[in-house]
Amino acid sequence: MPLHIRLYTKFVFLLLLATLVFGLFSSWAYLYPEVFNKYLPFYQLRPMHTSAALFFIISAATLCIIIFHKNTIGRDATTGIFEKTFITTWVATILVIFIYYSFKKFGGREYWEFPAWLALPLLLSWVLLMIGYYKGWLKCADKKPLYIWMWSTGILFFFITFIEQNLWQISWFRQSFLRELTVQWKANGSMVGAWNQMIYGSSLFLMVMISGDKTIALNKKAFFFYFLGLTNLMFNWGHHIYNLPAHGAIRHISYIISMTEWLIFISIIQSFKNKLEEARKLRHLLPYKFLVASEFWVFANLTLALFMSIPAVNRYTHGTHITVAHAMGTTIGINTMILLGVLGYALDIDKKINTGRKLFTRSYNLAQASLLIFWLSLILAGIIKGYRSVTLNINSFQQMMEPVNNVLKLFAVAGAGVAIGLGIIVVQYWQSMSDSNSNVKDVK
Amino acid sequence: MLRLVWGILFTSFCLYTGWVYLYCDEEAKTTENIHPAVTEGWNLWQQNNCQSCHQLYGLGGYMGPDLTNIARDSTKGKPYMYTFIKHGTGRMPAFNMTDDEVYRIIDFLEWVDKSGVSQVPAEAVHWSGTYIIDK
Ligand code: HEC
Ligand code: HEM
Repeated sequence: MPLHIRLYTKFVFLLLLATLVFGLFSSWAYLYPEVFNKYLPFYQLRPMHTSAALFFIISAATLCIIIFHKNTIGRDATTGIFEKTFITTWVATILVIFIYYSFKKFGGREYWEFPAWLALPLLLSWVLLMIGYYKGWLKCADKKPLYIWMWSTGILFFFITFIEQNLWQISWFRQSFLRELTVQWKANGSMVGAWNQMIYGSSLFLMVMISGDKTIALNKKAFFFYFLGLTNLMFNWGHHIYNLPAHGAIRHISYIISMTEWLIFISIIQSFKNKLEEARKLRHLLPYKFLVASEFWVFANLTLALFMSIPAVNRYTHGTHITVAHAMGTTIGINTMILLGVLGYALDIDKKINTGRKLFTRSYNLAQASLLIFWLSLILAGIIKGYRSVTLNINSFQQMMEPVNNVLKLFAVAGAGVAIGLGIIVVQYWQSMSDSNSNVKDVK
Repeated sequence: MLRLVWGILFTSFCLYTGWVYLYCDEEAKTTENIHPAVTEGWNLWQQNNCQSCHQLYGLGGYMGPDLTNIARDSTKGKPYMYTFIKHGTGRMPAFNMTDDEVYRIIDFLEWVDKSGVSQVPAEAVHWSGTYIIDK
């Protein structure tokens, strides 16, 4: 593994550890603000946590693509230069962002709360990544497997949505609050679709590698679901803003498109038996464990999302911790699991983690079990808030939140389990890098 | 074939994007240019990261209440908002803001309030599950 990729991998692991630590602190700062407000208030920890989470996911997604690049679409003499400059500017900007956060200097929008000018170097580095990637892509003339479609789509749409996410800096967009909010959440919603394309692409690539079956990335059904995903990326962001008195068509389009996700739901149930068989064959592989986990979490979160996408139900769930359950359920359960699986494969952890296997399995189980409690407690907290605010119409915020905050104590305890479980695994990955040669076999 | 489907989807996406920018807020055509005091308040809202604890239209962090329509709450009013923002509470920290800055944030919240109501009324729920929101 070349040095710049090794360093980038370590940076990605540090971001994940930072996410876990800041998340844990945020949950305490939420519950006990009297203790935290003076030195580490929630309004400082939350952006540190969410930005670390988003940067971890996006950086890890690009890392996987960079690692698998050479086996799939090839490189030329300049690829390395683009990669290196991308990594350098990207990492440097993220470090500057955290320095700003540590001085409580904010200015941006949700999840991207840093001063707005820092979006520029991020965008610039993304352009470098794009040039390096698409140069190889253009040269690769043969029929492209689905994962290459997905990576290319993800990289392109991150670029588009990142620009869109920053349009609020142009005053025309701020002349109407409804317009500004609509565009902001259009961008945020589609951006999640963009990184999912990159990550699902890598997960598909991993499946091709460990099963040795190339057809799974070429068959019609797989492409059908790719296009379904792409349609949802483009048109199903409206569920974030159902309650906004913007043009009704946005609501109706999003509602209709989101209901196509039932097809995914049905397909998961149909393929359940095959999956069990596959799991029996492959379950001895550590990276595969993460893919199994991610499939469980896809199913769980999809079920939740299908309900939240019905405006009449959204009326109760919007603005409650159910949104947080959805956000963290997907970013931890699906994105982080897949990324740990793919990175584990690239680092060849099956060979490297010998004596630590038992610890690995225990940490994995702890993380999964805790995540389930974590997720369910957020849903419960959301149901209680929805009921008390919408149905009972309790006016006093303190009074309304009292039982909610009790449930969130359970959430904080379970969160510690998630953090410890995932934290140990990351440390094991890190240690396995000390004598690493990457494990990426050729697929062509 | 794959390229064709992709092309059609991408073109629809571009058209939809343009339409959303122009027409998502049907009345925006008639709104006058937003007052500089509001813009200033909006920037202060972001610089002090009020959004990490408060929601507008249900979007934001969840430690504090939704503030979309606080400005129309007759039991609260300007001095009430001023006190919270200037001095904080046990749970909400105090921000070292000048009176001027506090009033700019209040201007912003009043402007947000005029854009609509965050809580969708039960009557707006259509039998199909969607909302039909009257403005
Ligand atoms: C650390 C979280 C936090 C931050 C940051 C924060 N608030 Fe609050 N705010 C709260 C909480 C919690 C309450 C509810 C009162 C309580 O529990 O003490 C509240 C209450 C309020 C209220 C009164 C709401 C009502 O209906 O009674 C206003 C107005 C308000 N905040 C404005 C702001 C503004 C403006 C900012 C940014 C400058 C801000 N807050 C930042 C946590 C926060
Ligand atoms: C890989 C791990 C994690 C990822 C990717 C992640 C991601 C996220 C994201 C995206 C949000 C924003 C949610 C929203 O706006 O709806 C969030 C919020 C939050 N997370 Fe995490 N998270 C992780 C781990 C944790 C852990 C271990 C804890 C510890 C308890 C935690 C506690 C919180 C808290 C308290 C919030 C704020 C919720 C609020 O506003 O009330 N997170 N996280």
